[in-house]
Amino acid sequence: MTRELVVTEVGPQALVVDRGRPGWAHIGVPPAGALDGPAHALAQRLVGNPPDAAGLEILLGGLGLRATAATTVALTGPPGGLRIRRGDDRERAAASHQPVHLAAGDVVVVPPPTSGLRGYLAVGGGIVVDEVLGSRSADTLSGLGPAPLEAGARLPVGAPTTIPPVGTGALGVSAAPDAVRVRLHLGPRADWVDDAAERLRAGTWTVAPTGDRVGVRLEGPALERAAARRGEELRSEGLVGGAVQVPPDGQPVVFLADHPTTGGYPVVGVVDPAELAAFAQLRPGSSVRFSPLVIPPV
Amino acid sequence: MDVLPAGPEALLVDLDGLDAVAAVGAALRDALDRGDLPGVVDVVPAARTVLVTAPGSRDALRAVRTLLEHVDPADVPERREAGTVELPVVYDGEDLELVARDAGWSADEVVAAHTGAELTVAFGGFAPGFAYLAGLPEALQQPRLDTPRPRIPSGSVGVAGEFGGVYPRTSPGGWRLIGRLTDDAPTLFDPDRDPPALLVPGTTVRFRDAGRP
Repeated sequence: MTRELVVTEVGPQALVVDRGRPGWAHIGVPPAGALDGPAHALAQRLVGNPPDAAGLEILLGGLGLRATAATTVALTGPPGGLRIRRGDDRERAAASHQPVHLAAGDVVVVPPPTSGLRGYLAVGGGIVVDEVLGSRSADTLSGLGPAPLEAGARLPVGAPTTIPPVGTGALGVSAAPDAVRVRLHLGPRADWVDDAAERLRAGTWTVAPTGDRVGVRLEGPALERAAARRGEELRSEGLVGGAVQVPPDGQPVVFLADHPTTGGYPVVGVVDPAELAAFAQLRPGSSVRFSPLVIPPV
Repeated sequence: MDVLPAGPEALLVDLDGLDAVAAVGAALRDALDRGDLPGVVDVVPAARTVLVTAPGSRDALRAVRTLLEHVDPADVPERREAGTVELPVVYDGEDLELVARDAGWSADEVVAAHTGAELTVAFGGFAPGFAYLAGLPEALQQPRLDTPRPRIPSGSVGVAGEFGGVYPRTSPGGWRLIGRLTDDAPTLFDPDRDPPALLVPGTTVRFRDAGRP
């Protein structure tokens, strides 16, 4: 029987993701890929997949999938659980952060998390939709890659190449925080913001409700244009993930995986790559503080 | 040439003009294609900058710095094998009259100037396959619209600032639109093609008047 996951229901958003398609920024293609990279990678490991396998990124739960063949899944991200329905009457709970075996016909449902935003579901063998420019990731900015999941969609699943790890004890998982302090490497345009290091160190910002995979807007003390740069217009320049861009209203935007490849407002600093995944899970209203750093020259 | 940090995994080379961007961008791209910059993932030329990314490899960024010491920003590369692309246009854009008025020309004169120009792809960005075209006649170098349009049909031909461009797919945008590619024009972006983008830096672009609808 064809190995597939059939989508029975979807919540606010569910996307096929892998590690993304870096390397095409020069032709306007965003990197895309899982916003919470470590959670996605852990899910793949838990089902015995190689790290480049594709899984699902599920915003605020609500996703149901029916397995057409016996398989193994694992949910990571904020702590939570899965519900497994077998037939009409039997429903059982399964914990996140461990391999869960499904029989053919089982329906697995991902409930909304109690903290954070995004769960990552891996399936043994990975989701094997066609690659676009070397990646199976959906890209919400450019529309490349598979469309967001809708009820009735059928996701092809690859043949598992290894046996899922055994003896995986319960992993210590803590709730996604609602307040973070992240390291911010100043530049390339910190000199365009008045007293950038001090203002960034002192301020506390709140995650705005408009965040998505392109970026998270922060609300708080306005970062003002440095006097020496007033009236000057920056020409669009290449952006990296984690770039903190300061538009004219002074409210910073942190760019995430589906970010445009270039942008025309000054980038005051870049969130440390090891800490960027936190922004995948920050709910609106969460608070963000920065620890500004000056990068030693290479 | 200033080299600015863009986080711990990238450098932004700040330059003083499109020619310098072409020189530095080509030197870095060629080194990347030759395999001389292991660890470098992206080389992204823009109007006055070239971004270089190398996730997890400070050594790669050091190699980039060393290479930059040997690049002459005045050494603009010859047009590469990218060659010449001719794009057929129906000049019926929503802003054709506006562009003509601001240029002090008739619509026909705008068309003549646009088709007479030999444009060069300076860099890509904004959307997959979108190319910024340098060499626009001065009268056609006009500001963006005050309010961007939420939906611009794919194939729309526009101008903004010092650049011309064509929208490869339907998207929002603020460029002044003077026409649209004909249905049989070459495909600007096809992820299954190598290279996926038709208009790569250095390509010469000429627009041809395909007549009125």
